[in-house]
Amino acid sequence: MSAETTSAVGPVEGASLYDVDNPAPLIEPPRKRTKKSPKTTRTNFELYGWLFMRLSGIVLVVLVLGHLLIQLVLDGGVSKIGFAFVAGRWASPFWQTWDLVMLWLAMLHGANGLRTVINDYAERPTTRFWLKNLLYTATVFTVLLGTLVIFTFDPNIR
Amino acid sequence: MATPTLDKVEGAKPASVASPYITVTFRIRRYNPEISSEAEWQDFPIEIDPKERVLDGLHKIKWETDGTLTFRRSCAHGICGSDAMRINGKNRLACKTLIKDINPEKPITIEAIKGLTVLKDLVVDMDPFFQAYRDVMPFLITKGNEPTRERLQSAEDRERFDDTTKCILCAACTSSCPVFWNDGQYFGPAAIVNAHRFIFDSRDEGGEQRLEILNDKDGVWRCRTTFNCTDACPRGIEVTKAIQEVKRALITRRF
Repeated sequence: MSAETTSAVGPVEGASLYDVDNPAPLIEPPRKRTKKSPKTTRTNFELYGWLFMRLSGIVLVVLVLGHLLIQLVLDGGVSKIGFAFVAGRWASPFWQTWDLVMLWLAMLHGANGLRTVINDYAERPTTRFWLKNLLYTATVFTVLLGTLVIFTFDPNIR
Repeated sequence: MATPTLDKVEGAKPASVASPYITVTFRIRRYNPEISSEAEWQDFPIEIDPKERVLDGLHKIKWETDGTLTFRRSCAHGICGSDAMRINGKNRLACKTLIKDINPEKPITIEAIKGLTVLKDLVVDMDPFFQAYRDVMPFLITKGNEPTRERLQSAEDRERFDDTTKCILCAACTSSCPVFWNDGQYFGPAAIVNAHRFIFDSRDEGGEQRLEILNDKDGVWRCRTTFNCTDACPRGIEVTKAIQEVKRALITRRF
């Protein structure tokens, strides 16, 4: 700022980095509507997601604690687990259903939880995109593989 | 208030009547984009009565030591909500915080509220905050003809949303929310509180629209129930409870 410019406010804090020809960079406010800002969705996805977390959580408490109790504590504990033990359990449709429901609920519950964690913590949109891609790929792979094993398990395999 | 009166002297210690003033260090986070792009801490030792407020200390610095110190304040009595700032790491109103209540033996750190762009020293750009507030339509919405007399409401109906009418829009809650820090698209507690004030008003008929807005992916479902907002509110509004009530209204509306 040249000394000749008549200004109501004097240069109180030393030399300025910016002047009329070299203005300070414009900072875009975070909530401003731009082409990049996310569209309003008008869906109930987040509502169902939130509700799913609560309901699946309740069911998982029973399923997972029951699973751990049977596998690790009752009837000889962890030492009893072997191919024969798994084959025996999966001969019954009850345990097949138990494991299938536990697999799906636990995977979706965990994936949705991680999705919200990524939304909360990933700052750059590209980071967010790739982390979520990785998460969804891993989830789909695990769920499909687990389901395949439960349904096509062959106790007579050599 | 500025003249300390000492009519109640403890009998044993007449020497302590000498001066109520103590030396307090104000450690203020200074930022001036025209000088430097980096913010830095600056210490101001001041003589002040510990029964005074943090705002009085800031005034003392601005008026007597360093006139370039920049902060907002208007009414200075906890009503206008201009001087929310992060004092000792907690969002408070400088005009409602007494120095004796925040341990004057250690330096008192003062910085701008988080999650909003700092313009200078303790002044932030409040536009995103007020944009979120506007987005929830904080005004009475009714249908049909206007009644010829006032819209009556029972005391119970008024009580339903009484807590959320106390909001002064100081942004202490929104700028204490970790979700808002990281993603400015989240509406933030203050906007939800002000939506709650109309959603649960028996005279209002726009609740459905407001719930629809808050049902969006940046609406109430991003709340992680950390209670930072309830702790920060200088008006004692149960902010997290209000957010949960909006969630419950959304759930019961659907099922």
